[in-house]
Amino acid sequence: MALKPLHGVRIPHRKNTAGMAPVRMPPPATVTIPLSMHIGRPAECVVKAGDHVNVGQLIGKPGGYVSAPVHASVSGTVKKIVPVLQFGGASCQGVVIESDGAMTPDPELRPPEITDYDSFIDAVRSSGVVGLGGATFPTSVKLDVKDTSRIQQVLINGAECEGYLTGDNRTMLDRTDQILAGCALLEKWLDVKRILICVEDNKPECLEKLSQAAAGDPRVTVRSLPSLYPQGGEKVLVYNVTGKIIPEGKLPLDVGCVVMNVTSLAELARYCATGMPLVERCVTVDGSAVREPKNVIAPIGTASREVIEFAGGLKEPPGKLIQGGPMMGVCQYDMDAPVTKGTGALLVFNQKDARLPEPTPCIRCGGCIDHCPLNLMPVEFERAYEKKDAELLKKLKIDLCMECGCCAFQCPAHRPLVQVNKLAKAFVRDYERRKEAEK
Amino acid sequence: MNEKLLVTVSPHYVRQGHDTRRVMLDVLIGLAPALVAACVIFGMRALLLTAFSAACCALLEWVWDRLMKKPNSVGDLSALVTGVLLAFNVPVGMPLWQLLVGDFVAIIIVKMLFGGLGRNFVNPALVGRVVMMLSFPGSMTNYAAGVARLDALSSATPLSALDQLRYGDLLTLLLGRHGGMIGETCALALIAGGVYLMARRVIKPVIPGCYIASTLVFTFLFNGFNLESAVLSLFSGGLMLGAFFMATDYVTSPLTDRGRAVFAVGCGFLTACIRLFSSYAEGVSFAILLMNLLVPYINDGFRTKPLGGVKS
Repeated sequence: MALKPLHGVRIPHRKNTAGMAPVRMPPPATVTIPLSMHIGRPAECVVKAGDHVNVGQLIGKPGGYVSAPVHASVSGTVKKIVPVLQFGGASCQGVVIESDGAMTPDPELRPPEITDYDSFIDAVRSSGVVGLGGATFPTSVKLDVKDTSRIQQVLINGAECEGYLTGDNRTMLDRTDQILAGCALLEKWLDVKRILICVEDNKPECLEKLSQAAAGDPRVTVRSLPSLYPQGGEKVLVYNVTGKIIPEGKLPLDVGCVVMNVTSLAELARYCATGMPLVERCVTVDGSAVREPKNVIAPIGTASREVIEFAGGLKEPPGKLIQGGPMMGVCQYDMDAPVTKGTGALLVFNQKDARLPEPTPCIRCGGCIDHCPLNLMPVEFERAYEKKDAELLKKLKIDLCMECGCCAFQCPAHRPLVQVNKLAKAFVRDYERRKEAEK
Repeated sequence: MNEKLLVTVSPHYVRQGHDTRRVMLDVLIGLAPALVAACVIFGMRALLLTAFSAACCALLEWVWDRLMKKPNSVGDLSALVTGVLLAFNVPVGMPLWQLLVGDFVAIIIVKMLFGGLGRNFVNPALVGRVVMMLSFPGSMTNYAAGVARLDALSSATPLSALDQLRYGDLLTLLLGRHGGMIGETCALALIAGGVYLMARRVIKPVIPGCYIASTLVFTFLFNGFNLESAVLSLFSGGLMLGAFFMATDYVTSPLTDRGRAVFAVGCGFLTACIRLFSSYAEGVSFAILLMNLLVPYINDGFRTKPLGGVKS
């Protein structure tokens, strides 16, 4: 397709673990499972201190339509329900389970019985699968399109454009059969006619393996994409692959697309075959302070510290612990922060790499505008925020910003542009709330 | 939980080797060929003027920072760039103290008084040049001093005899072996510096390209359709220095490419007007300064279109 792709930045890939098949770690002594690991309402706790639970047993039921269930990732006893600090300073409840080391699966688990669209959506919901690329949107809500003719194509997101992360890379190499099984599920129950598995060109073995596997399914094609961050961003992916622009406030479905992370699809297929919901995930452990970068399969709720220790521990004192990738990952306050459904990586930077350069004055070079994939103007956001001009921020479409970090990454003055954008969005939300209250 | 972890907002990667200081260093490297040419054509006093001007600008900024109890900003090299550009805008015989006046106006008045780097609304070096032109017209028009043993054109500078230029004079113009401001004459050296800046992605071709092209078009339209004179006028006066090094100044030029094109065409139009209709031989300084004043309006009028943005 001779379409001019959206802007972005070339970041260091540092895919040190791409050649490493994930290693499963033994169950930790305790896990702390947050009841909100997804977009939407937190799950509602259905267990209490003293209850015995098994792996895959429901411990939190969905808190609303846009929500997802939460399941025990180890077998053992519920110790207590505690508040867990989340990204952004909010907190939710978390279930602390003391593991008995046996990892006994819940005896009542069965592969779901799927006979039609509704039972398929129920199965997706029960699986607990959310967007495993990091966005953690509940998959059952995404796939509940009601009218399946609205789906023109499904894009399976194998871009993995962030630095260091190789979980999706390994999924495409090690779980190729599950990916194709997932495609078959979508074709059967959602009547999907066209599936494009999209992979960045820095993963040639994945492209080859997937192309071979997909040869048997005429509805599935494999598409190679340039390795330009943020290729994996939903809006960017849809535009670069189909040429369609998702309008402000709308979803990919409104332009006929459903975008799903490749590991989410594999997990869904696994659940439909085995009945075991989402209780563990592959975490890439890497960063300058890590002794041996590895891919580790960790039970949800394991303390970050324990995953890192299993991988080989640290060779230097930690400066930063990031859950996620270097472009959009979230710094943690606490080495014991639990691994959640959305934790694709645990990056530990040494003290030198943790420090960011001091910001210097903006020289109005326009680089932030040139590199923004959504054609926004971060330099003007900063100015409008400084002046506390909410109307101008709205006019400049601050809410379209996906906080990908391209602007700040390339800023020659090292200005904290993503931080300003986040603050500006909160400022506009507050302004709108006050305006509504005054009415 | 004894470790102290640093918590910052993403991104945690920083593009290596790309900061303000590196950009300024690249500009200095881009100006180096013109400095070499200036020394060859005008002698070593050109080097003295340039070094003096750069040092004075750095010192003025340092003194200001100390007086205002602000952190020292001279390390970003922007003062040095202004100093070099100012020196390039004077003839080789310019008295040093008069050049210092220009430095003072550029750094203290235009740049630091308005808030330092990134806050000036017009090009500091150009204001410095204009002030020197108005204050010291004698020194600023004494072009031929120091120009010896070269095939000087019959008139003081090529610009003052535009209609007498012929294509045969092109080599002289490109090599700059004639009277004029020390950094402006050697078009070839300036173009080479401009190409370096474009290759390093410090500047984009849009401003120099549109500026030079529109100067050509408007000069041709206004000089009685004399193509020869119009083409040769591109290599005369301060156009090359202005197009590659002055109009492209980030702080005083628009933020988007469409805005930059409009800005550059405006510069070309005004350059042609001033050169041909006013009593000044050179129009580049005033043209860029006037367009600098319009940049905030250009920025407001030529914003990018957010992807998927809906008109509210």
